[in-house]
Amino acid sequence: MARKPRRDIFFEKNLFVYRAIQVAVMMVICFGALAARLVYVQQVEHHKYVTESERNRIRVRASEPVRGRIFDATGAVVAENQHSYQLVLSPSEIDDLDDTIERLGNLIEIKERDIQRFIKLRRVASAFDAIPLRGNLTDEEIARLAVVNHKFPGVDITDTYDRYYPLGSTYAHIVGYIGRINDRELEANKGAWYSSSAYIGKTGLERFYERQLRGTPGIARQEVNASGKTVRILEETKPIPGRDFYLTIDHRAQDKAIAVLGKETGALVAVDPRDGAVLAMASTPVFDSNLFLGGISVADYRRLADDPERPLYDRTVLGQYPPGSTIKPHIVLQALAKNVVPSGYSINCPGYYMLPDVDHRYRDWAKWGHGRVNLTDSIEQSCDVMFYDLAFNMGIDRLSAGLKEFGLGEKTGIDQIGERSGLVPTRDWKQSRRGQKWFPGETIITGIGQGYMMATPLQLAYSTALIASRGKTPRPHLQAGYRDNLTGVYRPFTPEPHAYEIKASKSQWDMVEKAMFRVTAGGRGTARKVFAENAYRIAGKTGTAQVFSIAQDSVYNADAIDRKLRDHALFVAYAPIEDPQIAVSVLIEHGGSGGSVAAPIAKRFLDYYLLELQPLQQQEREAQQ
Amino acid sequence: MRRVYLNAHEVGRFGWFAHVLRVDFLLLLLLGTVVSLGLVVLWSASGQDPDMMRRQLIRLSLSIFVLMVVARIPPSLMRHFAGYLFWGTALLLVAVLVVGDVGKGAQRWLDLGVIRFQPSEFAKLTVPIAVAAYISKMPTPPSIMRSASAVAIALVPAVLIVKQPDLGTAILVAVSGLAVVFMSGLTWWAIGAVIVALASAAPLYFKYVMHDYQRQRVLTLFEPSSDPLGSSYHIIQSKIAVGSGGLYGKGYLQGTQSQLQFLPERHTDFIFAVIGEELGLIVGILLLMLYLAIIIRCLVIAASSQDSFSRLLAGALTVSFFVYVFVNIGMVIGVLPVVGVPLPLISYGGTSMVSLAIAFGMIMSIANDKQVVQRRD
Repeated sequence: MARKPRRDIFFEKNLFVYRAIQVAVMMVICFGALAARLVYVQQVEHHKYVTESERNRIRVRASEPVRGRIFDATGAVVAENQHSYQLVLSPSEIDDLDDTIERLGNLIEIKERDIQRFIKLRRVASAFDAIPLRGNLTDEEIARLAVVNHKFPGVDITDTYDRYYPLGSTYAHIVGYIGRINDRELEANKGAWYSSSAYIGKTGLERFYERQLRGTPGIARQEVNASGKTVRILEETKPIPGRDFYLTIDHRAQDKAIAVLGKETGALVAVDPRDGAVLAMASTPVFDSNLFLGGISVADYRRLADDPERPLYDRTVLGQYPPGSTIKPHIVLQALAKNVVPSGYSINCPGYYMLPDVDHRYRDWAKWGHGRVNLTDSIEQSCDVMFYDLAFNMGIDRLSAGLKEFGLGEKTGIDQIGERSGLVPTRDWKQSRRGQKWFPGETIITGIGQGYMMATPLQLAYSTALIASRGKTPRPHLQAGYRDNLTGVYRPFTPEPHAYEIKASKSQWDMVEKAMFRVTAGGRGTARKVFAENAYRIAGKTGTAQVFSIAQDSVYNADAIDRKLRDHALFVAYAPIEDPQIAVSVLIEHGGSGGSVAAPIAKRFLDYYLLELQPLQQQEREAQQ
Repeated sequence: MRRVYLNAHEVGRFGWFAHVLRVDFLLLLLLGTVVSLGLVVLWSASGQDPDMMRRQLIRLSLSIFVLMVVARIPPSLMRHFAGYLFWGTALLLVAVLVVGDVGKGAQRWLDLGVIRFQPSEFAKLTVPIAVAAYISKMPTPPSIMRSASAVAIALVPAVLIVKQPDLGTAILVAVSGLAVVFMSGLTWWAIGAVIVALASAAPLYFKYVMHDYQRQRVLTLFEPSSDPLGSSYHIIQSKIAVGSGGLYGKGYLQGTQSQLQFLPERHTDFIFAVIGEELGLIVGILLLMLYLAIIIRCLVIAASSQDSFSRLLAGALTVSFFVYVFVNIGMVIGVLPVVGVPLPLISYGGTSMVSLAIAFGMIMSIANDKQVVQRRD
């Protein structure tokens, strides 16, 4: 042990005082740094943090308005809302979610599908959202839940409106259906106040008129605490209900259109030439849009999606087919209107056509030809050689311009989702899409609606309506009008006029009409058998569109080749000729001959429409007045 | 040392009061001011909870009583029992590791059936006493060897506390001991060497010794937005509270972050954020100045003491107090990592308040002792 050294009390005290002063200075510096930081946070960054604290405190909640309904031309309900009760869970208020769901499952039926959907919704939901677990609660289930309500914190029964399509498959393609909003739709509709479990129009008119059908959501600015509980409501607006829409289509006509198509895969579109109102728009096979409500089951969806006949696909506006001979009347009219040939023009048809100095033979459908035919004969008999010749004389520029004036190659502008434009080829189109120049042979086959040419069944019906109305039919439309549910005011829809003026004389129009009449009534008309002794005068044109090209001079045998390679059967018509009420197009995929397959279907529909439904509608109108 | 009492006229206007109660009046006044402000803020931070206020007032009364009692214990007595206190604490810390209760993933509590307490809190007081007693045996400044031994005394309990694991408290305990060595006049180059050594060891410590949650806390400090609902949630919400308060604050009881419970731990570790949000920058700075006044007053008391042990103890306790304030406020305004240090004299909670009462009681006892010696000269 070292000897205890002598202590210098004053030295030690001074040493401490000195050190204490050093320490004090350091502490003042440290506190100064804290003070500087406080000034920085509370003054320099003040506004940023005020914004963030407001974002914490204020939550904006949107309440979904009642969706507008859809009625058909007769006032029959096509899409409506059924009041129902749903079970919603607020996960932020539930300690053990799995246990709660299991206990609820003992009280009411909760399917695995419900749970899967709940889990899916929860992933995208905000922290304090209430998420639906089961919809369509029965009175008994509500009663059972009400008794034990206190044992289930965070579990609520709320009102909701479920969409329902009473006519099932009749309007499935036209009206479409609604479904839960997905991430992409949420992103695209930012600012429209869709909640993560909201419904949104997925296809058809439900999607096309989504904004108007949905209405305007009510907005509530709420002050909330950290656990998401609303402390008070700062301001609130009421939701504005969506508009009710009325369709131009009578459901009886639509049902008939589906019925006449029967088991065929195809489409039937009927347009009123006077105002562009769509009278029927059927695509087969059909599906029941109610399947999609509340989330379609995987099995149902697979069945629909994997069906080779593609029932979900609306052929009327999405399907693009070579129009074949159905555009021959349009070509004749434009050839006359554009002074390509005189009205008395005729040729000799040997059964094939050859370009000068080229070896290739363009075949006529009639192997031995039609002999000498004039323009009217060539429509009646659908002589291909005449149209090869007309196309050659017009040239592709005048030909495509003329077809465009009939609304081909462009969207008709119908109020429907996803309408395709079809295709009328031009030099520019080929250069930009294919990087190739236009070949004369391609002009030739465009003359019979083959080659690159494509049209939707809607375009075919509309272009036929334009012949019936001499170019005056406004754009086709499905909406007859809407009713504002806030004011109760009904506003009829005003269709836009056709975009082009077709400059043809009355005699030129009349000549084409006469030729089309002879298709159904003439001695060599391609549809004369179908329309023998018809009760009304009808102008029509058959079409048989090749799906693949047949090798030169080979024998064509429809039965021997695969159905998928068979021709599409087409028929367009309008009637009655004296006062056209309806223009129709029928397309049967791989149906074979237009005259024998598509024309009878069109006739059955037109018979019903003109002979049964129209008188009935007339009676109904009179009864109402 | 003989005890001699002063006459009333010799100790100033309130001297009789201070004399009878054995307290330093100025220090008591400063403490009282901060504690009163604390109670006002707690009423808001607790969400106007009378129960919480009642409990805090009971603790406060107990603490005042403890302070009075400790103020009457002469420093010489503390010095005499320094060794026992130290070994007793070390034993309890070992006991915690062996039979302690686990709370929030760490073994910190010792349950004696009647009371349940954290021995690590004791260490914050007994370690500086032990180190001060050890160093003051020899003249200051201590030799390097003696300083090293003193550091070792401080580190033993600290290491035991790290094992619990409770890094925050361990650092504070170590700091309370190292403060003594620092106040003893150790040369600056030695201090510098230690700081350099610590700074170079820190990254290794961070990488190999720290637990994940501790690492996370340090990381959050540098990148608070990286994990907004995890460990950085505290820092983000606290900065929003303080920052949105501005110069004058949103008004008493009007803080949205505090009243709507976005601010976590608002009545305990993050109570300064409530002050910042509701009362603003001015009151915040005023509070810093009050703390600084308390610290300066304590340093003056320490410097005025005639005996080495008292000086070192008072000085070290003051440094510890400073560290608590600095670490807490630094954490709340986002310049230091989140460590569980309450704001002295203001945060809700019993242990911290009683510990502080004992510490200030000791400082007051040292203040009394000084006056006796003055009289003898």
